[in-house]
Amino acid sequence: MFSRFKNSRPQQFIFLFFIFIFSYLVVPQSEDSYLWRLPSLFKDFPLWINNVIYSALYDWFPLKVWDPVFEMYEKKAAIREFTRAISSGVLFLITFIREIFLGGVQTMSTFISSSWLNSNKWFIWPALPWTAVVAGGMLLGYHLQGVRLALLAGIGACYLSIFGQWEPSMQTLSFVLITAPICFIFGLSLGIWGYLNKKVEAALQPILNVAQTMPHFSFLIPVMVLFGIGDHAGAIATIIFATPPMVRLTILGLKKISPEVVESGLMSGCNKFQLLFKVLIPTARTDILIGANQVIMQCLAMTVIASFIGAKGLGFNLKLALNSLKIGKAAEIGICIVIIAVVLDKFSLAWANKQKNYFANLNFYQKNKNLILFSIIIFICSIFSYIGSFYFTGINYLYFVPYEKGISISPLLDAGVDWIWETFFYYLNNFNVFLITNVLVPMKTAYLGMPVVSTFILVMGAGFIVGGVRSSLVVGSLFLFIALSEYWDRALITMYMATFAVVVATFIGLVVGSACAQNSKSTAFMLFICDFFQTFPSFVYLIPVILLFGITDTSVLLAAIVYATIPATRYTIEGLKSVPVSLHEAGSMSGVSRIQRWTAIEIPLAFPHIMLGINQTLIFSLFMIVLGALIGTEDLGQIIMGALSRKDGAGVALTLGIFISFICLAVDHLIRTWSERQKKLLGIA
Amino acid sequence: MKIRNSIIGLIAAVVLVLSSFANIAKAASSDPIRIPVLNWSSQVVMANVIGQVYEELGYNVELVPAESASRYEAVRNGDLQLAHETWQSTMAKPMYEAMDKGGLIDAGSHAAPTLEDMGVPNWVIEQNLCPGLPSWEALKSAECQKNFATADSDGKGRWLEGPYEWHTDVMPNRLKGLGLDDQWMVKFAGSADALWAELAAAKKEGRGTVIFNWTPNFTDAEGFTFIEFPPFSQGCRIEDGGSVETTGCGSPIGWLKKAANIKFPLTHPSAYKFLTKMEATAGQIGEMANNVDNLGMTHADAATAFISNNRGAVDEWLK
Repeated sequence: MFSRFKNSRPQQFIFLFFIFIFSYLVVPQSEDSYLWRLPSLFKDFPLWINNVIYSALYDWFPLKVWDPVFEMYEKKAAIREFTRAISSGVLFLITFIREIFLGGVQTMSTFISSSWLNSNKWFIWPALPWTAVVAGGMLLGYHLQGVRLALLAGIGACYLSIFGQWEPSMQTLSFVLITAPICFIFGLSLGIWGYLNKKVEAALQPILNVAQTMPHFSFLIPVMVLFGIGDHAGAIATIIFATPPMVRLTILGLKKISPEVVESGLMSGCNKFQLLFKVLIPTARTDILIGANQVIMQCLAMTVIASFIGAKGLGFNLKLALNSLKIGKAAEIGICIVIIAVVLDKFSLAWANKQKNYFANLNFYQKNKNLILFSIIIFICSIFSYIGSFYFTGINYLYFVPYEKGISISPLLDAGVDWIWETFFYYLNNFNVFLITNVLVPMKTAYLGMPVVSTFILVMGAGFIVGGVRSSLVVGSLFLFIALSEYWDRALITMYMATFAVVVATFIGLVVGSACAQNSKSTAFMLFICDFFQTFPSFVYLIPVILLFGITDTSVLLAAIVYATIPATRYTIEGLKSVPVSLHEAGSMSGVSRIQRWTAIEIPLAFPHIMLGINQTLIFSLFMIVLGALIGTEDLGQIIMGALSRKDGAGVALTLGIFISFICLAVDHLIRTWSERQKKLLGIA
Repeated sequence: MKIRNSIIGLIAAVVLVLSSFANIAKAASSDPIRIPVLNWSSQVVMANVIGQVYEELGYNVELVPAESASRYEAVRNGDLQLAHETWQSTMAKPMYEAMDKGGLIDAGSHAAPTLEDMGVPNWVIEQNLCPGLPSWEALKSAECQKNFATADSDGKGRWLEGPYEWHTDVMPNRLKGLGLDDQWMVKFAGSADALWAELAAAKKEGRGTVIFNWTPNFTDAEGFTFIEFPPFSQGCRIEDGGSVETTGCGSPIGWLKKAANIKFPLTHPSAYKFLTKMEATAGQIGEMANNVDNLGMTHADAATAFISNNRGAVDEWLK
């Protein structure tokens, strides 16, 4: 009897569940009992973090800096001077690229005296004609891959210009063209370092975990305090968010390399650098490329959030449009962001896949053909735009389409939103009332009525069943940190919303993913949809959900589910694809039906991988739930958002960000341990 | 070992290269006047108006996207030179906190008196969803409360307040003070966008709604009526030392201030003078918002239109 119990996980879970229910019912809901709620011992933690940040910024190691305005020496902390120096460096680079596209003399004023520029207003640096940028993009696309990429780039760039989003688009593009390479270089270097040195890898792991799972809003304030406000601050917040996947994938890629490859490199007499750059990195190229792809996606996903601390461009305009409920306009801008993401992604992929021809013996013209061609294009386009200045009065459409002076389909999109609203409002409203009164409110009450001891029995017990004492302790201590703060009740509300969103998103993801994995066309289509929604700014659908469901938890959850279904679907498709075809056939030969094959072979074999997707689903839904504070919630997100205006905001935001990150990490630990064991059992590790 | 060192070297090099641009870049970046733009129309247009006037004066101007509360910290640090729309009830706290830390100065108030309080859109009164409005006594009737209930309000009528950090517990306390707290509840919206979305949704549903709003605002155009609460007196709120009996008072008529960095008067004297003398009236602020929200202009065009329409006033501010 006992040995059977020992080996049967389901029975253990049922047993755990009974203990949980028992403790839930037995422990009284009294504030004095430590079984009900733990005392908030870590109450001062946020304040402490805040004091550390501020004293480092304003007091630690003061330098005497001459202030030309007040004509006296000012004391400034060394760290602040250092971070500000980095900021202005980043800002300089962004401005430099921006002025290539849009014109301006700020960069030049660095080299020529600015007073000269002020007094000689005739001296201007013109913007590139938009036609030249379109043609240049097409040329680059053709050079990198061929006609298809050229068309994609051309059509995309035309959309940006024709819809009157040229200026903000170029602002965003210049922002991404600086941040993405910095992320790439940082990520690659840290990844290589981690690969070479086990200690570094061990030290990197927790930092990466926290950086990847922390909601963006929680590091906006610290970044603003450290780096100021403006494009540079936005860029730095983006770098923090977009670098971790690059590091992770670099380490992963390098680790997969078989020792034979290294041996053969050494045998050919490589020194360490040659081994690294000519053997290891090219071999790990696929993973590094996925990393680069993720960097680009993350950079563009951050555009709206970066605009909270000063990044100019599409993100800010989108925020502004949403604020006056111009949903159509916002969607139009959102599409611009997706276009930039897709085109850059395809460019980087094509560039990396392009084989260098070592044997061609080219003359000067052949080598620089494209450059020469591009110069000619700029020349021709300039002439055209000059002619245009005679033809058009007012705005010269051949040279530069000013912001919002293009055509717009926003009335159409608005009409679409209105139609959905008109048609479905009453059904949706009834559904909303039903959902709130019968599911959400009872669920929330149940979570809030959970004694702290029951929560710990549940999570630590699950940890014990899945991974033994060690897992149990890991998960327990992560939760203990939250339980000892004054925000435990809010954390429970966050958990209730996350549970609901993850369950629904996983269900949808499983169904949709399985349906689409059946043939390669629908798979490719679905993966494109996933990419689209990953870069399409999530802010855009926050407003339509409020219109449909009001300021209620339903709105927040719906937005979270839309966003969290992306990884669930993606991982389901990948998992099902990774099941060997020979097993399909073995099943078919044994006479299973299509459905049986799916339930008995494909899903069990793909499940470990799908579970990793659930992990991502949780991270995505928590991001959205925190963002849902913009709609109106009562959870951790509300405080994180509110921290933007609090005196000790930096500390509070960071601490609560860490809480959310810890919830992710605890679940991540459970899933990963389980998934690895299961893979071993199935023999697919 | 070698490789590790070179990686550290590489990272250090990137950082160094970035920071070495700093000194050159600094000369350039200290020059423009950096004006924050936030996420509501009148503020953005006013930023453009100030920017265009400064350009007339020969200054370089940069409009920087920012966030309402955290911009004061940036003004204090000198990352931004000024903050031109500070609403008393929502932004006074972060502004004075920045002033406490040093580096931020008060650059006077606009002429427009502001009111920020709970109210209803005009159609709620027209459809007589709560007979007796705008007097607060009307809220006592059970019939009224029913028309303002939502799915999650537990049968009570719902007040939709702005984000919690704007006034913390003022509204829940007001309900208690008026003895309305077993009939009405307060829900905190997450952002101003959420308030406007609620206005649109409630109209669609034909359900009454009491939301937090302010004037001058773009909602004035469609018609919005503030509820008449017992008059405000100094110290009536629990937060300011009042008692439950007095905390039912309404909001005071508030100011709309401007703030600047302490070095701004020295570095850009005539720009600072303009900022202190600029006293936009409620009508002018309404015009700025209206140009964008109802006439559909871009923010920059709206500012140009405003300046040419109000040339006299602008010249007066420039004198």
